[in-house]
Amino acid sequence: MGIKIIKAGMLTTIQDLGRYGLQRYGMAVSGAMDSYALLLGNSILGNADNEAAIECTVLGPTIYFEQTQLITVTGANLSPKVDGQSLPMWKPVLIEAGSLLSFGRPNSGCRAYICFQGGLDIPELLGSRSTYSKGQVGGWKGRPLQEGDRIAFRHCYKGKDSLFRWSMDPSLYPDLSTNVIRVMDGPQLPCFESAAQKSFFSDVFTISNNSDRMGYRLTSKRLRLTEQKELLSTAVTFGSIQVPPDGNAIVLMADHPTTGGYPVIAQVATIDLPLLAQKGPNNRISFERISLDEAHDLLKKQHTQFKKLKRAIALKYEKTAYHRFEL
Amino acid sequence: MGSSHEQSLSIALPNPIRYFPMGDQALVLSFGDTISEMVNARVRQVATHIDNWSQPGVIEYVPAYTTITIYYDPLKISYQELLSVLQMIVQDIPEDTEYIGKKKEIPVYFNGADLAYVAQYNGLTEEEVIRLHSTPEYRVYMIGFVPGFPYLGGMDSRIATPRKEVPRLKIEAGAVGIAGEQTGVYPIETPGGWQIIGHTPLQLFDLSKESPSLLEMGDCVRFVPITYDEFVLLKTESYGH
Repeated sequence: MGIKIIKAGMLTTIQDLGRYGLQRYGMAVSGAMDSYALLLGNSILGNADNEAAIECTVLGPTIYFEQTQLITVTGANLSPKVDGQSLPMWKPVLIEAGSLLSFGRPNSGCRAYICFQGGLDIPELLGSRSTYSKGQVGGWKGRPLQEGDRIAFRHCYKGKDSLFRWSMDPSLYPDLSTNVIRVMDGPQLPCFESAAQKSFFSDVFTISNNSDRMGYRLTSKRLRLTEQKELLSTAVTFGSIQVPPDGNAIVLMADHPTTGGYPVIAQVATIDLPLLAQKGPNNRISFERISLDEAHDLLKKQHTQFKKLKRAIALKYEKTAYHRFEL
Repeated sequence: MGSSHEQSLSIALPNPIRYFPMGDQALVLSFGDTISEMVNARVRQVATHIDNWSQPGVIEYVPAYTTITIYYDPLKISYQELLSVLQMIVQDIPEDTEYIGKKKEIPVYFNGADLAYVAQYNGLTEEEVIRLHSTPEYRVYMIGFVPGFPYLGGMDSRIATPRKEVPRLKIEAGAVGIAGEQTGVYPIETPGGWQIIGHTPLQLFDLSKESPSLLEMGDCVRFVPITYDEFVLLKTESYGH
């Protein structure tokens, strides 16, 4: 026994860090849209980095706990509540059996992660627990969660503590009010008219309603190529910004197709994919150009911070004489 | 590396290999900009070597018509390190354009919403489009886009048609399409920009099978026109377990 879904929410899926190694057969990577929020959530609970969690979108689910479990909610602030009381995010919280976890108004960002200590009892498929809904692959029956689904915990909570007096320093997570997304030049940037190149790095783009886990469609001034030509399909990835002939850019997201044939004007820096994943329809964003070296330095800096955080959390659990869950 | 090195000196590639980054976690090897059996054979060959390669920091690779994209973890290997290791090993891979693929037939009911447009665009009748599409033997140059989607080479240029200006939000599983000089089949329902000319009743990606993708890179494929009744019958067989 574990949890029971009372209300599904807008789009609630099981995601880990993604399904790698099968893109050459056309299999999408999927995984958490905001993989950093998931990583931090797993760290807060002392889980393995790649443990699967529930990804909630804008309107979160309502979940009944049949059994007591240590959880944390990270990512977007979708007003999480337990039995109607506001639930603090970014810290371990013990949810007692018989409690109801629900969500209210979305305050900041689009995607929240509910992480469970020790994970959920969901089989791995092709090396991952992530849901790829379009392909009906992985996660919970290959689909978003629905009312009535019951998912067991892999481990039950055996810790002694019921109250945790610490929480993660929120400055380790991106400021979601930022609207500037850092990008690197795409392989086909030189194929665009110079006016299009200039406006790409200076204009404001609106994320359209036709945006999902596969890709965000942006609306802006038409981005024109110097010469319209058909390209051969080649690999594309999370954050590739393609421009179809209508001139409106599409940013590929976690469930992106493995290959594409539209020119790629830019590529979102990995460091800013979580921030972009927290944006949604009608949000406005702009792009800032950075170099490959800068992008790598940002990732290294974040990784150093992340390692420090994990060490600090390990100490917290030791201090409170907490014993890791038993197998 | 090593023993068959001399063979590689005898055949020159049409284009020098270009290496460039795609974002901060991918490196692209490009063998040119035009579809050819020889270039694609070279892609397959280099891909096979990369497949047997255990370089720390390399996550996976995706071969395409003329490119191989290598995904890496920049915390484990730098772009420059990966680039120099790759340049070294690619140099030492002998040329071998021997290319034998499995022969496969794909039945198609030619009822696509864009069949008339493809005919009109090329100044042909719909019957001529069907005949020109089902005559050649196609090579599976790559699998990509969505699970099991084959990109086929060898289409008659008389039916080449550009992609749709605005991609459709929904294309059915089994749809057969044209994009420029390429043709392919959609294995699952998805958005897409190809011109749809027909539908196959076959399931191109089936997780219950040991090798879920019906087609593989290198296969030789022929499209066989069928009637609506045959389509319904075959679809029941293919999807109805």
